[in-house]
Amino acid sequence: MRRSRLLPACGLVVVSTLALAACGGPPAPVRAVVTIDGSSTVYPLTEAMAEEYHRAVPDTRVTIGVAGTGGGFRRLCRGNLDVATASRPIAPAEAAACRTAGVAFVELPVAYDGITVAVHPSNTWVDALGVEELRRLWRHEAQGRLLRWSQLRPGFPDREIHLFGAGADSGTFDYFTGVITGAPRDSRGDYTASEDDNTLVQGVAGDPGALGYFGFAYFEANQEYLRAVPIRLREDGPAVLPTRDTIRSGEYQPLARPVFVYVNARSLDRPDVRAFVEYYATHVGDVANDLGYVPLDDRVHAAIRARLAARQTGSLYGVEAAAPARTLAARLGLDPP
Amino acid sequence: MIGARRLDGLVHGLGASVLVLALSALGLLLWDVVHDGVGRVSWAFLTGYPSRRAATAGILPALAGSVWLVVMATAMALPVGVGGAVALEEYGSRGRWARLIEINIANLAGVPSIIYGLLGLGLFVRALRLEHSLVAGAATLALLMLPLVIITTREALRSVPVSLREASLALGATKWQTTWHQVLPDALPRLLTGLILAVSRIVGETAPLIVIGALAYVPFVPDGPWSSFTALPIQIFAWLARPGTGFRENAAAGILVLLVVLLITNSVAIWLRDRSSRRRDA
Repeated sequence: MRRSRLLPACGLVVVSTLALAACGGPPAPVRAVVTIDGSSTVYPLTEAMAEEYHRAVPDTRVTIGVAGTGGGFRRLCRGNLDVATASRPIAPAEAAACRTAGVAFVELPVAYDGITVAVHPSNTWVDALGVEELRRLWRHEAQGRLLRWSQLRPGFPDREIHLFGAGADSGTFDYFTGVITGAPRDSRGDYTASEDDNTLVQGVAGDPGALGYFGFAYFEANQEYLRAVPIRLREDGPAVLPTRDTIRSGEYQPLARPVFVYVNARSLDRPDVRAFVEYYATHVGDVANDLGYVPLDDRVHAAIRARLAARQTGSLYGVEAAAPARTLAARLGLDPP
Repeated sequence: MIGARRLDGLVHGLGASVLVLALSALGLLLWDVVHDGVGRVSWAFLTGYPSRRAATAGILPALAGSVWLVVMATAMALPVGVGGAVALEEYGSRGRWARLIEINIANLAGVPSIIYGLLGLGLFVRALRLEHSLVAGAATLALLMLPLVIITTREALRSVPVSLREASLALGATKWQTTWHQVLPDALPRLLTGLILAVSRIVGETAPLIVIGALAYVPFVPDGPWSSFTALPIQIFAWLARPGTGFRENAAAGILVLLVVLLITNSVAIWLRDRSSRRRDA
């Protein structure tokens, strides 16, 4: 009787393996899935759009990965991705790789990502801070050393400075450290860190000696309890207060940037991809604010949608990617240069 | 005499305290996860789809993805692994090559899983163009299982008494008949134990799946081996990486689901093992 027990078990396994092997020829080209991959900074926005779209058109399939901006571009330029999300414009080298592979893309800025440096409203001594001062305050060398306001700038009161900032898991942390200390993820560790911006807002709002940074949308929602610090990009430059306007115009540097989706032009021929991307470009402004981004202004938004409708390929940042000061509106030809 | 007895007591005490330490660490971990997550486990959570709102996010695609992965990886690794072990143990010679192969397999069992992920990325995803499909993920996990399956199957085959084989051969059975009708059924319970270990290992694997491109957001249940997928450990990882306490609770609840899946798989295997060994004894 023993054999009758083993045989069915083994038979089942073998049959299932054969079944697998049988369909193991060339993978069937059913790609009824809109594939998205790329930046984790843009992930919450893309996820929200996919979720809303799924609610509007239930029989669509959208998948999102978080391979990072560079990883998304690599997959896009290899031709096996429909949409790449990015927290920076495509680099000339990446665009060249796409061209070599014969992949054309449509570049769509979808929102702005801005960070506010804030202090307690009773803090009267900070008029503005330079990027250099922020660097001295947040770099890892400052840990355990730069502990009082007076050490940051002579003339500031001799009282303790209490720091609040993004936790190491957040995109805000990567971005802030990248532009302020010069190296992504290079930061002092002796501060109150949280991935939840609301915690940071509460921390700064409850402590007269505090200084913190978090997403602009959280500052905007809690303006009465906080004071935003104007940021000076260069020592001799103007100090710019973060507002929707200065973020959109690109004046508020370096703590604001547009975020993008890049669509494979060939994928746009597929109705499911086209419908989803059009939905994304149209409705992104509705959710951007809630998720901590600054929506595009109407003029730019309309121009972006026109770009998509016309399937205009190539990057707005092609030749002078290194000149971030030019605004989106200027790049789109809406403002005279 | 007294010295030896005291030593005995000492070792006994030491063993007991190590056990208590290990169990309390495990208990603490479990308590923490249950404390955080048990409130979120509900039917809606189990049958829900991912969402940006922690309270409405569900785990169904990840759960289904994990089940698909385990079943497919087992289906791939079991015949190959058992076949390899039979070839080595029953048909193979005891020469230098056998030793070399044996050492290599033992080493492969200790290779970090992310290396298998990179192999899977290069071989299955890129070279064989399987893309980010369940097949690619399952094949990678099957590779991960294979050394474990081979090693435990060989151990199981070795535990079969030689007299059983000799009796079978003496009655005129061929080598294959002996292996198939006598040796493998006798080794089955131990073989299943090995399989439990291998399956338990792959259910919780995250690193190789991240490398081969399991996705963070999959709002549908995989409908076939070519479907893109996410898995329980990936979903837990994605939730942990997000801001907001709600997602932490989701992650804890996801860990609970993962533990239950593991328990179910193991108990099915244990049930099969007990059944087969009981029938043998009868």
